[in-house]
Amino acid sequence: MTELTFARPSLDRARLLRLLQDYGVYAGVLVLLLFDVAFTPHFLSVENFRTQAVQVAPVLVVALGMALAIGAEGVDLSVGSVMALSTSLISLYLGYGPWIAVLVALAGGIVVGAANGALIAFVGVQPIVATLALMVAGRGVALVLLPQLKDVRDPDMAALGSGAVLGVPYLVLIAAGLALLTAFVMRRTTFGRQVLAIGDSRPAARLAGLPVGRVLVVVYVSCGALAAIAGVLATARLSASDPTSLGTLMELSAITAVVVGGTPLSGGRVRVGGTVAGAVLIQLLTTTLIKHDLPPSWTQIAQAAVIVLAVYAARERGRR
Amino acid sequence: MLSVTGLGKSFPGVRALSDVDLTVRAGTVHALVGENGAGKSTLIKVLTGVYRPDAGEVVYDGAPVSFATPLAAQRAGISTIYQEVNLVPLMSVARNLCLGREPRGRLGLIDFRRMHREAAEALERLGLRVDVRRPLRELGVGAQQMVALARAVAVDARVVVMDEPTSSLEPREVATLFRVIRMLRDQGVAVVYVSHRMDELYEICDEVTVLRDGRVVHTGPLAGLDRLRLVSLMLGREIGEVRAEGLTKFSGGHDAESEPVLRATDLTIRHKLRGVSLAVRPGEVVGLGGLLGSGRSETAKAIAGALPTDAGRVAVAGAPVRPGSTAAAIRAGISLLPEDRKAEGIVPGLSVRENIALAALPALSRFGLVDDARIDRIVDTFVKRLRIKTAGPHQRVGELSGGNQQKVLLARWLALHPKVLLLDEPTRGIDVGAKAEVQALIDELADDGLAVLLISSDTEELIEGSDRVVVLKEGVVVSELTGAAVTEDALMRAIAAVPAGGPDD
Repeated sequence: MTELTFARPSLDRARLLRLLQDYGVYAGVLVLLLFDVAFTPHFLSVENFRTQAVQVAPVLVVALGMALAIGAEGVDLSVGSVMALSTSLISLYLGYGPWIAVLVALAGGIVVGAANGALIAFVGVQPIVATLALMVAGRGVALVLLPQLKDVRDPDMAALGSGAVLGVPYLVLIAAGLALLTAFVMRRTTFGRQVLAIGDSRPAARLAGLPVGRVLVVVYVSCGALAAIAGVLATARLSASDPTSLGTLMELSAITAVVVGGTPLSGGRVRVGGTVAGAVLIQLLTTTLIKHDLPPSWTQIAQAAVIVLAVYAARERGRR
Repeated sequence: MLSVTGLGKSFPGVRALSDVDLTVRAGTVHALVGENGAGKSTLIKVLTGVYRPDAGEVVYDGAPVSFATPLAAQRAGISTIYQEVNLVPLMSVARNLCLGREPRGRLGLIDFRRMHREAAEALERLGLRVDVRRPLRELGVGAQQMVALARAVAVDARVVVMDEPTSSLEPREVATLFRVIRMLRDQGVAVVYVSHRMDELYEICDEVTVLRDGRVVHTGPLAGLDRLRLVSLMLGREIGEVRAEGLTKFSGGHDAESEPVLRATDLTIRHKLRGVSLAVRPGEVVGLGGLLGSGRSETAKAIAGALPTDAGRVAVAGAPVRPGSTAAAIRAGISLLPEDRKAEGIVPGLSVRENIALAALPALSRFGLVDDARIDRIVDTFVKRLRIKTAGPHQRVGELSGGNQQKVLLARWLALHPKVLLLDEPTRGIDVGAKAEVQALIDELADDGLAVLLISSDTEELIEGSDRVVVLKEGVVVSELTGAAVTEDALMRAIAAVPAGGPDD
């Protein structure tokens, strides 16, 4: 991203900052790709791209829901626990067939989301507190249901985890489909507009007669459902259910992807394309550093640097 | 005791105070009055060390002073009681009273027993008996206000500044407050008292300073000043001042024969409104007059369902509207243009187009999918009709001028085809040209058969824009001006009138 800043010295600062806000994340992805092509051995292979895409899919799906919550001037910390809950439920209900198991897992996510939404919209608890409560509770329930790691042996789940259509893994197709759906909802539906209005100015939205409570509940239910789907995808990929570790720190990865993608934390704006690019950027960054044999602590430092840069770029926008 | 001379303070784009002189003597209660934006709050904040003045000096106890922080002012003996209680709700009453100067025991730890005893005594002196160990938030707002007062008095204050201390008090509590104020006065404390309630001012204050547009327009003893004169000083209108031709763009006079479309009965909100009733006919503009804090905005918000009411009914065209729900009010055809345009009106980050379509979205979509073509048509119509000056429908509303923001809001409501339009300060903070346009628009809308309720601090706008004026005072309808009686003169008389029942009702 720094390369970009130096490459165009002729533009004035304000304009540069706006470009950085709007397209910085795409440029970052591009720069990293070019770097990898040039310097990283064995980067340019179909197999590598497939691995990267499969790894990023669950984070991306969670980040889509997170983008909705952040766009409505909230946040959802319970997404990681919902993934754990989802994997536990799959393991428990796999006996009834994979479809039933997936539906039950989804229902679990929806229930957690509804609880989040009700606490926030009707009880008036701050999003960070409400979802923190469900983050703790969700993981707890997941561990009660399934106390330790268990292998998932099911041909359908295995197919979901490693199958592909025309070389594109199912996981990637599902994540891409959900991203397109989210973009469509935000762009074309009444609900999408209402989310943005509520996120930007809740008193104004309320006075304009918008169903603020209902919209908020739907936002958190969607976020919970997406996190549950991510849990299903992750379970299928690992062919194991591990409620102790699945989804830990996922909420932070998702928030990072959303913020790096240019969605302001102050709400009122959701950038689905940016969120996708944000998730991809973090994934590429991690891979690049690992492939160059740098210790994992470096990855975290690099992530921190990217977040700081993204927040710096978003800074001006916050000051309206 | 405390005086300021030639005080000036500017904020970016606004000159809040210019050349203000104020002298508060020990052992007197000095009233500070003025309408919204007159500069009262700024002046208080300069006195109490929140702001530093740009020009002029503050002389306290015979020596020029410059308080760097509110704490410095407090240490010097200037205490302030704000409109909203600024204490720590979760701490006990006693801890709040003694915050920052708790009695210490031998080990430097807080001596709780002594603290509780002292706190109870301090409150008892003010006639308040509460368990000082309980958290402050369990007390009523009035009692909390008394705790704030006790705290202000306990620090050996020599100047006490009170910013609308009675706005949330019961009449009985007001009486206690006044008793304390008199006690302070007799002890030689200088009291600066800010209030909009005429009766209170005449009951408790000795001197008065009237601010208008950041300048002192009058200062002197209150006893010799009659109410009407005081009101006219605050509003800046001369008594009996009659204009042959109005300066506003209202044509005045709408057909007002038909049945009322909006009927509000007995609206009551604790501390704010008491039994307010009014009716508006289609094609009629009804003005809501009164000073700041008289309950004008609360009435409008209660009608629009944005403020929960304790009692009262609202009906549109005979059909009752479910109270306390903006959505229900909007469905019934009531639209409110809120007073605080920036915080409650526009959605600044969204475009002109999205802002206009916001309230009408459900009607402009099919199965939850937005019909972009129809929105474009409607937005286009309103941008032309209301002459909204914008770079294009996709410009952010936050970037528009105040007048154009207001027009966008009007368009948002007109797109819903409302029956009743409540306008709270529709021309505040917008430039002269846009103001005239908005006024002409209000006129036009009423001619089209809309029922309009107009709230304005601009007396001229209110009088010339309205067919009738309902005058509010301390949450009660005190008078209704109709026909030839709709004059500034009559309005000021109604505001200044002494209530028939006396102040103790």
